[in-house]
Amino acid sequence: MGDKSMVNVKKLTRKDFSSDQMVRWCPGCGDYSILAQVQKTLPDIGVEKENIVFVSGIGCSSRFPYYMNTYGFHTIHGRAPAIASGVKIANPDLSVWIVTGDGDGLSIGGNHTIHILRRNIDVNILLFNNRIYGLTKGQYSPTSELGKVSKSTPMGSLDRPFNPPALALGSQATFVARAIDVDGKPLQSMIRRAQEHRGTSFLEIYQNCLIFNDGAYSHLTDKKTKEDTVLHLEHGKPMLFGKDKKKGVFLSKNTPKVVEIGEQWSESDILVHNEKDWIIASILSHFTYREDLPTPVGVLYAVDEPVYEDMMVDQISHAVSQNQKADLNSLLGSGDTWTVE
Amino acid sequence: MSKQTHLTKELDHAVIRFAGDSGDGMQLTGGRFSETTAIIGNDLSTLPDYPAEIRAPAGTLAGVSAFQLHFGSVDIHTPGDRPDVLVAMNPAALKVHIKDLAPGGIIIINKNAFTEKYLKLAGYESNPLEDDSLIGNYTVYPVEMSKLVKNACESLDVPKKTVERTKNLMALGILFWMFNRPTEPTIRWLKEKFAKQPTIIEANIRALNAGYNYGSTTRILTTRYIVGKAKLPSGTYRNIHGNYATALGFVAAAERSGMSLFYGGYPITPASEILHTLSAWKQFGVKTFQAEDEIAGIASTIGAAYAGSLAVSATSGPGLALKAEALGLAVMAEIPLVIVNVMRGGPSTGLPTKMEQTDLLQALFGRNGEAPIPVIAAATPGDCFYASYEACRIAVKYMTPVLVLTDGYLANGSEPWRIPAAEDLPEFFPNFSPPDTGNGKFNPVKRDKKTQARPWAIPGTAGLEHRIGGLEKNYDTGEVCYDPDNHMKMVTARADRVKGITQDIDPLHVYGVEEGDLLVLSWGSTFGASRSAVSHLIKEEKSVAHAHLRWIHPLPKDLGDILSRYKTILIPEVNTGQLSLLIRATYPVNVKGYNQVRARPFKSQDIIDTINRQLD
Repeated sequence: MGDKSMVNVKKLTRKDFSSDQMVRWCPGCGDYSILAQVQKTLPDIGVEKENIVFVSGIGCSSRFPYYMNTYGFHTIHGRAPAIASGVKIANPDLSVWIVTGDGDGLSIGGNHTIHILRRNIDVNILLFNNRIYGLTKGQYSPTSELGKVSKSTPMGSLDRPFNPPALALGSQATFVARAIDVDGKPLQSMIRRAQEHRGTSFLEIYQNCLIFNDGAYSHLTDKKTKEDTVLHLEHGKPMLFGKDKKKGVFLSKNTPKVVEIGEQWSESDILVHNEKDWIIASILSHFTYREDLPTPVGVLYAVDEPVYEDMMVDQISHAVSQNQKADLNSLLGSGDTWTVE
Repeated sequence: MSKQTHLTKELDHAVIRFAGDSGDGMQLTGGRFSETTAIIGNDLSTLPDYPAEIRAPAGTLAGVSAFQLHFGSVDIHTPGDRPDVLVAMNPAALKVHIKDLAPGGIIIINKNAFTEKYLKLAGYESNPLEDDSLIGNYTVYPVEMSKLVKNACESLDVPKKTVERTKNLMALGILFWMFNRPTEPTIRWLKEKFAKQPTIIEANIRALNAGYNYGSTTRILTTRYIVGKAKLPSGTYRNIHGNYATALGFVAAAERSGMSLFYGGYPITPASEILHTLSAWKQFGVKTFQAEDEIAGIASTIGAAYAGSLAVSATSGPGLALKAEALGLAVMAEIPLVIVNVMRGGPSTGLPTKMEQTDLLQALFGRNGEAPIPVIAAATPGDCFYASYEACRIAVKYMTPVLVLTDGYLANGSEPWRIPAAEDLPEFFPNFSPPDTGNGKFNPVKRDKKTQARPWAIPGTAGLEHRIGGLEKNYDTGEVCYDPDNHMKMVTARADRVKGITQDIDPLHVYGVEEGDLLVLSWGSTFGASRSAVSHLIKEEKSVAHAHLRWIHPLPKDLGDILSRYKTILIPEVNTGQLSLLIRATYPVNVKGYNQVRARPFKSQDIIDTINRQLD
């Protein structure tokens, strides 16, 4: 998508992408940071702003389109992927972005999320995962941990959480990545990667809800702990993390474990990330709720597969080339006919 | 071919019903007879009637599939009240359908299927071909169809099963002989359909000829019937089914408006053929999207419309229920699109393959909030074309979702259809907003003075970047707004815009006396039975008339005046009185409902009887 519009684009800035609407998220909400990173990134992707469409569902995150000075459609709960599919199929030249949350995208809209991923329609999904329902004031969500005490689960929730990247991979996603709201640079880089990928891009963004689930990701954002808890993935590089990169992921008979680089283990023992390898992506996706393993951020998986709307355009072009004389009058009068004088 | 010994009798119309097992090919047989009789110039109307199960156990009552057609040299409005000829391919088919046959009617039977096993499955204690249950009441022709096709195909290298399956063509051949119809169109059709299987073509042609020759060479069948050409308005005609006509209307609308057609939908009986038909017309640039569910069907349609396509979808009652919330979004965001509801028997899964008119109130009111949507209902299979075309024109002109109501009977039924010239179809154009190169702020709700439609500013247009959504918006700016007075203003504005469509609706046509004792007010597929009934009673010089509603929301401007001219308004509906409720609530007139919910179309005789009771 990015390459074709590179020519003759006047240089835009973050300000060009800010609408005149007052942002109404709670002060301190992680959404502010995500909005800022998106607005900072878009001037550099080489797409005119009239060709950008943000589609959202319902929830705190879904207010996002109001704050973007692009085309925006704030729709109904869970349906953004289906509406965005229609937008993109109708006009494949558009850069289409879906903004959704863990409730909108994985609960009420779960069906649409898995199906857009399997079709590989060229849109970018930004899934704000705060592991709680914010706009409805604090019920547990499909990514809340088992036993979550919330307004609707005073004795703890009974359902096991979804694992978003594993769900995306299971849905045949061709691009799966993760970022954290307050880590600006890596988030910008993931937004850019999502945009560059042709096919459905699934970017899970860990986002802190200050009011109903504060601190859900503090172990990943706190300066004291984050080096030991976050694994920054880089394609072709060993999976090292921790202070001075002295920790690494070692695969022992298909079971990942953390080892210390030193006497027993060297860098060459460490699993090397390959974002085109579904097995590695799958293993990484299952780090999600593990306390003994770091949380991977970055691109877990990125492969090129045929894009739905490209194939649709091809079928139509083929049909048109096979039927040069397709005109309405001959269609109206097709089949067996007879004349009454 | 006909021998002197056969009597010839002239009829102005006749009703035939083909009935057999689901696997016996009765829909195909009926379809072939319809096409042939249409080509030679009869007016006709058909009613396929098949079970929801693809293949219910062979020989059972549940597995019986039937196809009825009514054809004639006179105006035909219904598939006929009672068959004159019944083709029964097995005992179950006879058992299910014998009660509908006209007294003295003809029954053509596949005698080979009347075995002990199948008689038992059909619940016969004795063989009706041997006992006296049919004798004297009907003219019965037991034909050994299975055996005769076996003989005819003896020298062919075709599996036994395939030969047995050709017996429907044998039955068709007998009927072709009986009603003086040519076999050539069917032979041509067989050659096209089985182009790659020459032995299948040959077996079927032999079976067809065996049937025809059975009529002409044996002296068992005594009478041939002549049904002359109908006096239809001049023009070129084709036989058309409702679902096909609906799909054709959409393509015609796209071609005439220069828009790109998008269809987003989920398979559902009896609407799926609309998806199938459109998906085969990619040469017209049609984009069809088989969504993951009904909700994604309409959601993708909304997305495509938002992006500037002529966006349409089709479903049936349960699917419309699932689409309700998204339809509300289309109302709120003022998105032009068309949804067809091919109504079927309900509630819930109900009777998927049967017809009903039970979704009228769902179409009018089945959404949260005040969410008015224009509703148009097709009257006949051919009218499905004009209804879907008109729905597209209105949707685009007024920037609103539009609902089209058809039903299982219109969808699968067929009639001769005068082919319109593309140039004669009303033109319309999308009013896309032009790019704005200045820096003025674009107002997405600046309304057209005449239609009250908001501008259609599609993504990709420079300078018009804006936000819309499902939240209430400010009347003047389009920005999110929760002000009470503004909300009242918006509720009224949405309703008024839809009411304003009356300026685009043709005046109501009244058939019969201009004022008098009784007006039959019909909508949807009850058109045919109502028109037949009133036409019959006008001949008896009764003070009756018929008016038919296509637009149900908004109602035509002149309706109130017309209704006021009759002492009684009779509204026949295949529901418990949904239009009656609406008319009573809208006009101070004396409304009587004729309501039967048997998941099948009315017979005109039922309406005649009802009118007569009212007039007494």
